[in-house]
Amino acid sequence: MNALELNAICKSFGSQRALDNVTLAVPTGSRTVIVGPSGSGKTTLLRMIAGFEFPDSGSLSLNGQILLDSTHEVPAHQRRIGYVPQDGALFPHMSVAANIGFGLATKGPARDERIAELMDSVALDANMATRWPHELSGGQQQRVALARALAQQPRLMLLDEPFSALDTGLRAAMRKMVARLLADAGVTAILVTHDQSEALSFADQLAVMRQGRLVQAGQPLELYQHPRDEQTALFLGEAVLMPAKIKDGWADCDLGPITVNHQGNSEMAQIMLRPEQLQLNIASTGSPGCHGVVTERDFGGNTCTLTVTLLAGKFEPGRSLPVHCAGLLAPPIGSAVQLTTLGRAHVLNN
Amino acid sequence: MGRGGTWVTGFAVLVALLSLLPIGFVIGVSWQVGWEQIQALVLRPRVGELLINTVLLVLLTLPLCILLGTALAWLTERSNLPGRRAWSLLAVAPLAVPAFVHSYAWVSLVPSIHGLPAGVLVSVIAYFPFLYLPVAATLRRLDPAIEDVAQSLGLKPWTVFLRVVVPQLRLAICGGALLVGLHLLAEYGLYAMIRFDTFTTAIFDQFKSTFNGPGANMLAAVLALYCLAMLTAESAARGNARYARVGSGSAREQQVVRLGRPATLLALILQTVTCLLALGVPLITLGKWLIAGGSEVWHWSELLAALQQTLFLGVAGALLTTCAAVPIAWLSIRAPGRLQRVLESCNYITSSLPGIVVALALVTVTIHFARPIYQTTVTVLLAYMLMFIPRALVSLRAGIAQAPVELENIARSLGRSPGRALWLITLRLAAPGAAAGAALVFLAITNELTATLLLAPNGTRTLATGFWAMTSEIDYAAAAPYALLMILLSLPLTGLLYLQSKRTAGR
Repeated sequence: MNALELNAICKSFGSQRALDNVTLAVPTGSRTVIVGPSGSGKTTLLRMIAGFEFPDSGSLSLNGQILLDSTHEVPAHQRRIGYVPQDGALFPHMSVAANIGFGLATKGPARDERIAELMDSVALDANMATRWPHELSGGQQQRVALARALAQQPRLMLLDEPFSALDTGLRAAMRKMVARLLADAGVTAILVTHDQSEALSFADQLAVMRQGRLVQAGQPLELYQHPRDEQTALFLGEAVLMPAKIKDGWADCDLGPITVNHQGNSEMAQIMLRPEQLQLNIASTGSPGCHGVVTERDFGGNTCTLTVTLLAGKFEPGRSLPVHCAGLLAPPIGSAVQLTTLGRAHVLNN
Repeated sequence: MGRGGTWVTGFAVLVALLSLLPIGFVIGVSWQVGWEQIQALVLRPRVGELLINTVLLVLLTLPLCILLGTALAWLTERSNLPGRRAWSLLAVAPLAVPAFVHSYAWVSLVPSIHGLPAGVLVSVIAYFPFLYLPVAATLRRLDPAIEDVAQSLGLKPWTVFLRVVVPQLRLAICGGALLVGLHLLAEYGLYAMIRFDTFTTAIFDQFKSTFNGPGANMLAAVLALYCLAMLTAESAARGNARYARVGSGSAREQQVVRLGRPATLLALILQTVTCLLALGVPLITLGKWLIAGGSEVWHWSELLAALQQTLFLGVAGALLTTCAAVPIAWLSIRAPGRLQRVLESCNYITSSLPGIVVALALVTVTIHFARPIYQTTVTVLLAYMLMFIPRALVSLRAGIAQAPVELENIARSLGRSPGRALWLITLRLAAPGAAAGAALVFLAITNELTATLLLAPNGTRTLATGFWAMTSEIDYAAAAPYALLMILLSLPLTGLLYLQSKRTAGR
């Protein structure tokens, strides 16, 4: 069952089309991530769901209740939708406890108990209750913002790039904690980000936006392996893109004949492989397969990204390809190597 | 913007229209008088004489104020001058002494003092803090890395100051100079006391002595044109260059320049002489008159009545002005656009007009169109609002900017209605800014003389008008308690101004 349904949402700011016919269903209890480059309309969409912006047309419903259509509009304060922005946006004139308790209807000991419970759930020490927002670190501020949003037991939680202001190490830990909290509370969540690795790791459902349009939505692995077009492929990670001739489930390309996930025939198509699908061996003289030379080496510790220049090729001889390998096993620049492929290549739409 | 926004805009438009009243008055009067009479009233030797006086006053006072203000600011902010924190406070303190009290002190000390030299001397002493404050604040904010880079490119320290520091002070100097310039045009008491004729003193005299309406009004029109010319000149001098620090992260602390022994001595002499002239003379004179007058000059019932009247007008005027500024401040932060900029500018332009022009406009308008409020407290408060609204506006705007709209949105997402969210979040966060703005308006009203003299109902006596009445009768001893009370009232607010300027600079 779907918790949130967006139907044909359109919004323009002057002549600028911010959202163009966006339709999306968010399953109950899921974590949906909306990902896209800056200016793609993802934050506008999030603010519209929260009730801070209104569309020019389209409708929106949550758990069967229509929040917005051409005749009806539920204001933000009656939607019970939690919202955590990028920097937490804590109320600077209120203590941690007052911030967390802001949305609570209860008073007295019950309220204090609930605040303590929420602080505990986001791993905040009880003695922080009396602290002021400016006395907290970035990670602590985000945890207070999360507890504040969870306090009102929201029907939906919206997270607008909540980890972007945090250090890399802290970011992963926070991501795990938020995912656990949302799962424990059984809250449906939508997270907006422009960080593809964050999107892939956090999402049950991934929606890619570009220039106000929802380009593709589905499970993260599905989108990573089978992006609809070249831009989506490149946005979700490094990709090897090549022209190829497709016939009977095989692609004839610069790497030689490789299997594809497409049964049709095409004289000129574009195929995609992820760099980790290319396997590298030290070439021996006269061995069959696709041969190349390591021309660049980007050592990154546990992994190393090599640039391999092909010695031959059907379409573009001398093509350079990125190849990932274990950092300690990476061959030096100038090594002659042989490439083989793992799994099938994906045929992109034109 | 929702329905609430429309109401706010409506209110802001109303305030802006009200603020255009004085400009409308100037245009209306000129239209009514006709070209021939304008020529007769404006193109006469007396106007030429006033014009020369005013131009000379501005041309001589402004450079001296700029030099003194900048030198003191550099010494207190960027050098290792002994006691620089105390000197910094002392450089702002003269603002607590109303300009006409400075004049009173000098006339008491040197009875023969008069004319242009006296006008320049007292003006520099009374108004240089308007230059000192913004220049000191800017010096504190400057990124020292820029000066380091200039030195690494081979510039000597003095050249770094002239080529790198001074250009970055341009906005502060232009803004401060404009403020001083507008005060020079608007001030009445200071120049009347040292018998130096400017447009404002001439308009006032003409209106009070002969009730020559058209004559006074046409002089007011010329004065308004003069103000507009000054605003245009300042805008041109400011230029289009960017002065904001480029780059992320916070700037390093400023490094202080070590002064040699002779330089320290010269700097201490400059600070001491300025302090003696700007604070010593008024305080010593005041002390002398208070001692000479003894207990007889303390007419407690009159003094308390004047204090009460001043407090009433100050508090009521500050409240009215701050409330009137709320919609424009809110719009300028929450819904910035062309209309909002126009509405804001209306208020700034009007407040740059001398109080006497505003007062004459209100006299004319109330006599013709609103007789019931002619010479009532309502008109006086209205005049205060038109004259001082930017003081409230600037602080309020800064206060509202402290509460990003995101916080209001969060409050709404947590179940608070838009009105409650505004009250609980934005207005709470903007309250210190509003209070600071109200305090600045109060300070201005406490020392206001011209508009109060022209507009207040018969029998009204504030501390300023009480002081003026006594000095007009050459009873300097009886005027002293009024002056002392005005200074005591202004002192805490001047302190607030000082702290605010420190805070603006991030310290």
